[in-house]
Amino acid sequence: MKYKSQAVAKPYFIAAIGLFLAQVIFGIVLGIQYVVGDFLFPEIPFNVARMVHTNTLIVWLLMGFMGAAYYLIPEESERDLYAPWLAHLTFWVFLVAAALTVIGYLAVPYARLAEMTGNDILPTMGREFLEQPTITKVGIVIVALAFLFNIGMTVLKGRKTVVSLVMLIGLIGLAVFFLFSFYNPTNLVLDKFYWWWVVHLWVEGVWELIMGAMLAFVLIKTTGVDREVVEKWLYIIIAMALITGIIGTGHHYYWIGAPEYWQWWGSIFSALEPLPFFMMTVFAFNMVNQRRRNHPNKAAVLWALGTAVLAFLGAGVWGFLHTLAPVNYYTHGSQITAAHGHLAFYGAYVLINITMISYAMPLLNGREANSMRSQVLEMWAFWLMSVSMVFITLFLTAAGILQIFLQRYTETPLPFMVVQEKVALFYWLRVISGLVFLGGLGTYIASFFVAAHDAKHPQAIDAGKVQPSPAAV
Amino acid sequence: MSATLTAAPPVRYPPGDLAIWIFILAELAVFAIFFASYAFARMGDVAMFNEYQATLDKGVALINTLTLITSSYFVVRALAAIREDQRKTSVRWLLAALAMGALFLVVKSAEYVHHFGEGVRLSSNTFYMFYLSLTFFHFLHVVLGMVILAAVALKTHQGAYSASEHTGMETGGVYWHMVDLVWLILFPLVYVMR
Repeated sequence: MKYKSQAVAKPYFIAAIGLFLAQVIFGIVLGIQYVVGDFLFPEIPFNVARMVHTNTLIVWLLMGFMGAAYYLIPEESERDLYAPWLAHLTFWVFLVAAALTVIGYLAVPYARLAEMTGNDILPTMGREFLEQPTITKVGIVIVALAFLFNIGMTVLKGRKTVVSLVMLIGLIGLAVFFLFSFYNPTNLVLDKFYWWWVVHLWVEGVWELIMGAMLAFVLIKTTGVDREVVEKWLYIIIAMALITGIIGTGHHYYWIGAPEYWQWWGSIFSALEPLPFFMMTVFAFNMVNQRRRNHPNKAAVLWALGTAVLAFLGAGVWGFLHTLAPVNYYTHGSQITAAHGHLAFYGAYVLINITMISYAMPLLNGREANSMRSQVLEMWAFWLMSVSMVFITLFLTAAGILQIFLQRYTETPLPFMVVQEKVALFYWLRVISGLVFLGGLGTYIASFFVAAHDAKHPQAIDAGKVQPSPAAV
Repeated sequence: MSATLTAAPPVRYPPGDLAIWIFILAELAVFAIFFASYAFARMGDVAMFNEYQATLDKGVALINTLTLITSSYFVVRALAAIREDQRKTSVRWLLAALAMGALFLVVKSAEYVHHFGEGVRLSSNTFYMFYLSLTFFHFLHVVLGMVILAAVALKTHQGAYSASEHTGMETGGVYWHMVDLVWLILFPLVYVMR
């Protein structure tokens, strides 16, 4: 940690991981509800659990991005954060708002929550991923504005680098596209059309810029490769991400009532969406192979490489699997979508956040890297979570293929619920993978405590102790 | 900037920044898929594609083809000039290339105005959908190419390039040639081939 104000990132990272844990627990509840329909009913109905699962995901990823920005921007700008107190304040506002929203989801029926929060004044609720009460949405906008002001001023007053500019553009885009969550036309086609401007243009647009910037930052720091090289890669990657991703929105417009040309546009442009992710993989491995130093934080490098590979597989390959209109005609809204959603979010955005946290947390705690014992735990966590997520993806893909065949493709199509019974085996296997994933996350959380313990008792660590590299930049 | 009597430095291969070649590869991949989709869609209804293709003005498109080829030639001249340290000449050739790019945009826009006036829309039929999307996607690339050429011209004017160091101009030139090349495939494919 070079600047004192970078420390504001820490609570963001901790809260992010806490919400991540909640997300995974609710994910497991959902997984069980797929096969034991009345599990935890009526306390936690499926729709509520799903809302909590997806909303905590989004909130913790945003927490992570904000923490990452508060860590990365001062270091890139070579100055302290413009207003650290504001970052602290917005952290608590954001956390309390998130907590109240989740409590609202769990404590009262959704319709009642809508009534209580004045949804009738400005109706924005009731849409997937954007279920938050309108006042929560307003809160998010206020937090986002304060956040952008804070890091924007830091960038303006300090050194401007490609990494910080890409990060800033990504975050501004994130805030701008969120505004479409307030646009809620009664026409269902229009509603869906602009709903994707939040959902798609986030994950397949501006978030890719944020991800690219975060990955570039960690790779610069851990490999010592020339900034100039990294920046060129970053330019190409974000250009391709935007060229393919923006019009690639069309792959959501095939069957919602939008004009037919979207079937061509969506297919053609999104067919190339794997390209920027593939470039990211080549980029990450290239940088690590050309490294000029061996950073003692081996775990962070592993997370970074894992991000590149699993983002390509999850977002790129599993996305391509069902992105062409003639294929999507059959696969739309099936378990194939769920498979893609899981590996894409994990590979791209969960892992990039953990990469950043893994790199920054030791530094925020005053050491370049954690003890080897702690790092080994982290690597176990990486493999447990990644392998189990790959299995979740494979099981859901198998369930999806079977589902599509039985329900939509065969000469004698079966009803939805009959098919769900028939694919139940895969759902059970998915739950088991989910439990392994939870174990992986537990291992990851444990690594922080081991790191703290080892830092307090350095004599307790044997020969495997990590020496700070003298070539440290 | 001193002129030297030694031979010009050997031209590196590929010329320009390697990054632009990776970008060009990616861009060509997008166009390739677009062209392949066009061919695929055409296979499904050759008669309809031929019928509406006949409504396009090949003469105007030929003018635009020559315009782009000429502008590419001007970029070549600009590069040749900077390799001999003739900065002012180089800038003039770049401006000429930009003028040809602008001419292309004007001609193409006139074509669009004509077709829109006729009621042609993206939803009219699959041929027009491809005609409009493909040419407009290319149109945007001409605009981007011109922005790049303008930046190169500005830097040349400011003296950023010389006989010994002009990678930036090569990079911009290579991109401009790609824009030209794509049109050389687009023109016969969409306007001429039956």
